[in-house]
Amino acid sequence: MRRHAVLWSLVLLAAVMLAPFVLVALNAVKTPAEYSTGGPLDLPSGVSLDGIVAFWERVDFGEKLLNSVVISGSVAVLAVVVSVFNAYALGIGRVKGRLWILVVFLIANTLPQEALAYPLYFLANATGLYDTKLAVIIIFTVIQAAFGTYLLTSTLGGFPRELLEAARIDGANKWQTLVRIVVPISRPTLGVLFVFFFIWTWNEFFLPLVLLISNENQTVPVALGVLQGQRMMDATMTSASALLGVIPAIVFFLIFQRALTRGITAGAVK
Amino acid sequence: MSLVPTSIRDRGSYLLFLIPGGLLLLAVILVPFGMNIGISFTEWSGAGTPEWIGLDNYTRLMSDGTFWASFRHNVGLVVAMAILPTLAGLVIAAALFDFIGKHFGSKHASILRACVYLPQVLPIAVAGIVWSWILAPRDGALNEVLRAVGLDSLAQNWLGDPDLALWSVMAVMLWIQVGYPVVIFMAGMQRVDPSLHEAAELDGASWWGRFFHVTVPQIRPEIFVVLLTCTIAALKVFAPIYVLTRGGPGGSTNVPSYYSFQNFFEKTQVGYGAAIATVLTVLILILTTVFLRVQNRGER
Repeated sequence: MRRHAVLWSLVLLAAVMLAPFVLVALNAVKTPAEYSTGGPLDLPSGVSLDGIVAFWERVDFGEKLLNSVVISGSVAVLAVVVSVFNAYALGIGRVKGRLWILVVFLIANTLPQEALAYPLYFLANATGLYDTKLAVIIIFTVIQAAFGTYLLTSTLGGFPRELLEAARIDGANKWQTLVRIVVPISRPTLGVLFVFFFIWTWNEFFLPLVLLISNENQTVPVALGVLQGQRMMDATMTSASALLGVIPAIVFFLIFQRALTRGITAGAVK
Repeated sequence: MSLVPTSIRDRGSYLLFLIPGGLLLLAVILVPFGMNIGISFTEWSGAGTPEWIGLDNYTRLMSDGTFWASFRHNVGLVVAMAILPTLAGLVIAAALFDFIGKHFGSKHASILRACVYLPQVLPIAVAGIVWSWILAPRDGALNEVLRAVGLDSLAQNWLGDPDLALWSVMAVMLWIQVGYPVVIFMAGMQRVDPSLHEAAELDGASWWGRFFHVTVPQIRPEIFVVLLTCTIAALKVFAPIYVLTRGGPGGSTNVPSYYSFQNFFEKTQVGYGAAIATVLTVLILILTTVFLRVQNRGER
């Protein structure tokens, strides 16, 4: 009996957690007329894509998706590269003062973006990078790499010394050792970092909001957030917009679930 | 022939690998952060020359009711985003790992875990849109549910009532946050030696007894990590406030990060905004140091 009580209370919890997603999906496929007569709880009488199409065209959602993919993808690749370089010097090279260097990276990762926002806005204006994807890519490469450096340094600190020694005896220089030995062996960890960086950058809101002012450069969360802030959408269009924001997240979740779970464990033991 | 021992020459050439990352860090984080501190000692509208006013912005902060209120709201968010999710996460994770996993199979446990974790993968801005629609006063889903079950009197203007708005935001944040501790704690519980549980069971310990005396002490490192990262996240919270309430109604959900944003870009009091951001940063750094100290002491 007690077993089932626990099971059912957890199922109830899961239902509560999922309910908002279900509500969004149900109402995104209603027509505005259906919504105003039946309210948000009635089942839709059919699948109407009007709200979704109207929203898609209004914000040019394809363009926003592409912006998000370009920004998050570039950041994930570049931040992994930068993290590997840093961690190679700190974790394997054990350069002098590495503890303090690590502390600086850790602080960089903890700083609230509010304390960087105005200077970054100012510098972006001064260098002509304001309102460009490149500015956001550079900034988030550094922010994500600060975490990556921290995590990878502790991973590479335990890298088997014999392998490095063997590579050196075979006449490999440091660059060759990095590319041919360290990177291939660390591939699983690098993969997890790539996934993390991609999703984290995809979900970023504050700095992209500040730096990407024109419609054609905005990412998915920024475009949705700005439109929501203007309070110009009716209920079906709002849920259509929410659905379009949810779908990529769920796709990532399904694709990356394994990597995510593995990676969270890696993060937890830092 | 070089007289420098190879090990030192070695370290020197490793240093080359730090150059790109170091320069980027300097340009994107260290210099801007220094600039922010500098700006906080000036009065500046963002255009023209900043005027040096020393500590005036900070003395003004001390007597600014909005600033203090924003920190009080932040305390509420720490409760909703760090303390409650940690407590709930411990119970949920233990129930999933220890109970569902053992009696109904780990597949059931991981499906339930995925459901609880799902809100974590949403961009927070999107979660905010979902909830501002559910909590809408006139035709929002929550009020419709309450009316449908005859509890009309409980239907509220959840985000529009100054007395309620912060509570509503806290509830939304709890929904967003709780999956993170659940996943981390479940991973930690896999580390716990099962013989500890068996020994406690032989001694006649109840499930709650084992929970408090075996599970919780064993996953203490994970609890620390979760509390620290969630508290920092709560202090930095911006997107949900921007999307759900814009700090309103009447400033009742304003938080320091949103307040500094308002000063930067809406009120063009850049110096004052920079002072708020600096105070927030100092607070976060102090908190992180204290946490890490306590954690180290606990491990020794």
